[in-house]
Amino acid sequence: MSEKKQIATRDAYGKILVELGKEFPNIIVMDADLSVSTKTCGFCKAFPERFFNMGVAEQDMMGVAAGMAATGKTVFVSTFAVFATGRCWDQIRVSIAYPRLNVKIVATHSGITTGEDGVTHQANEDIAIMRAIPNMTVIVPSDAVETEAVIRHCAVTQGPTYVRLSRPKTDVINETGMEFIVGKARQMKEGKDLTIIACGLMVARALDAAQALEKDGISARVINMHTIKPIDREAVRKCAEETGAIVTVEEHNIIGGLGVAVAEVLVEDHPVPVARVGIRDMFAESGKPDELLEKYGLTASEIVKAAKNVLGRKTA
Amino acid sequence: MLFDQKIKELEEKARLIRRDIISMISKAGSGHPGGSLSATDILTVLYFHKMNIRPTEPNWPDRDRLVLSKGHAAPLLYSCLAEAGYFPTSYLGTLRQIGSSLQGHPDMLSLPGIEMTTGSLGQGLSAAVGMALAARVDKKAYRVYCVMGDGETQEGQIWEAAMAAGHYKTDNLTAVLDHNKLQIDGHIEKIKGLDPVVDKWKAFRWNVISGVNGHDVKALIKAFDEAEKVKGRPSIIIADTIKGKGVSFMENNNEFHGRAPTKEETERALEELK
Repeated sequence: MSEKKQIATRDAYGKILVELGKEFPNIIVMDADLSVSTKTCGFCKAFPERFFNMGVAEQDMMGVAAGMAATGKTVFVSTFAVFATGRCWDQIRVSIAYPRLNVKIVATHSGITTGEDGVTHQANEDIAIMRAIPNMTVIVPSDAVETEAVIRHCAVTQGPTYVRLSRPKTDVINETGMEFIVGKARQMKEGKDLTIIACGLMVARALDAAQALEKDGISARVINMHTIKPIDREAVRKCAEETGAIVTVEEHNIIGGLGVAVAEVLVEDHPVPVARVGIRDMFAESGKPDELLEKYGLTASEIVKAAKNVLGRKTA
Repeated sequence: MLFDQKIKELEEKARLIRRDIISMISKAGSGHPGGSLSATDILTVLYFHKMNIRPTEPNWPDRDRLVLSKGHAAPLLYSCLAEAGYFPTSYLGTLRQIGSSLQGHPDMLSLPGIEMTTGSLGQGLSAAVGMALAARVDKKAYRVYCVMGDGETQEGQIWEAAMAAGHYKTDNLTAVLDHNKLQIDGHIEKIKGLDPVVDKWKAFRWNVISGVNGHDVKALIKAFDEAEKVKGRPSIIIADTIKGKGVSFMENNNEFHGRAPTKEETERALEELK
């Protein structure tokens, strides 16, 4: 798939933020000393009076963002996912989510593909802890194109939102001008034997896996579940009814993330065999993003294995 | 003198608010009388003298804002808001009851006049800094006030916010430290001392107004006026207060940090506050 165009979702974020800054004078952006990495530096240069670097102080950044939002601002706050969620979870819960303030937490460097920095900088629990907070919307865009649509959505809607972006360049799998509807899953490929439900950069790998399964005569549907919360309940149930088996795929701990969000719907609405592909409740290590994805089982071939596993458990 | 008359009115208002606090907490059967009573005069001066507010137009964009960082003093805030006319005083009797908009700690969505949801300590100052910076972006002249407990300044986030305010020179922000020297488990200096408290805030580039008697309405007005004149730095008023102020058996008594008075204690307290 190396011939595909590749763009990092954080780059798409930095670019669209500058465009939105021109359109919406009400937008404020904050960062915690990582603006070059999170790409908010572009907004900082374009609109210095509306950019606030809060230094290495994530708890304060969330609180200041809440105070700004309480005056009617749309506030984007960015830092690495591990710091944007774990270091300031209570601040997000009490100062942002409970009062439903209009703060958009756009976190970059999520998952193991943060790479060489190692475990301290790899957020594999962020979806779980953000999802557990009432009033919080959780979105994981699948590529740079979808990221732009998601950030635009954030700029024009009210309420606390967590958006999870990545560090490395990833395949562009969506067409420019695609429509993003929050909470509405997107079918990327039709299939009838099973459904692969993925999010983030793993959607591209799910599509690769579906292609490989085709060669074995297995027809896999691929769903891009960009919104983890509120999850598209209807889509999950429909996939279970129509294909009878589900594989979930995420660059996140298998505890609490996409796989569990999907399983929650299935156990209540339409139980079918499920396999979860994700980080298997362990800390990873330093390494190149692709090496880490390979070592920790986030590859097309692992998805194929999981697909065959659920098919074997399917009742005829 | 007109000013003396005003002082008398404020003192009388504070007395009524203290009565409200006792009655509310007594009826609720739980709550925090000690810290509510220690900050009563501070909030009274702000709501009934200092702040530019319109209780009938709570979302007026140019209003001054108060963030009660020590959210457990919610009964005090509710009483001030009701007495100021944000909502009927009849609401006060519903404190902490199921279905009430008077939550155990302030919820900005449930009542008009609450500027920020607080209760998890140490978070209010950051929000106040955010409001102060928003005023700068919007070129608005409103002021932001933040009332903190002294115990809660043991939270690291307070000092992150203090550093941010000092760095961004938010001179439209006045913080007040309700310095009653007690926290739930005992004396602050025994548990985790704050001293030298003045030096700490100075080191974070704040203008510090110390030695203010937090129960002297005249002294508080003077301190707030002085803070407003300072340019290029945020100001903090270190208000020396007495936990449980106004009720003899609650004063400096830690037991009443978070306990409601019994029926008999309530009667005694209200008698003292006559």
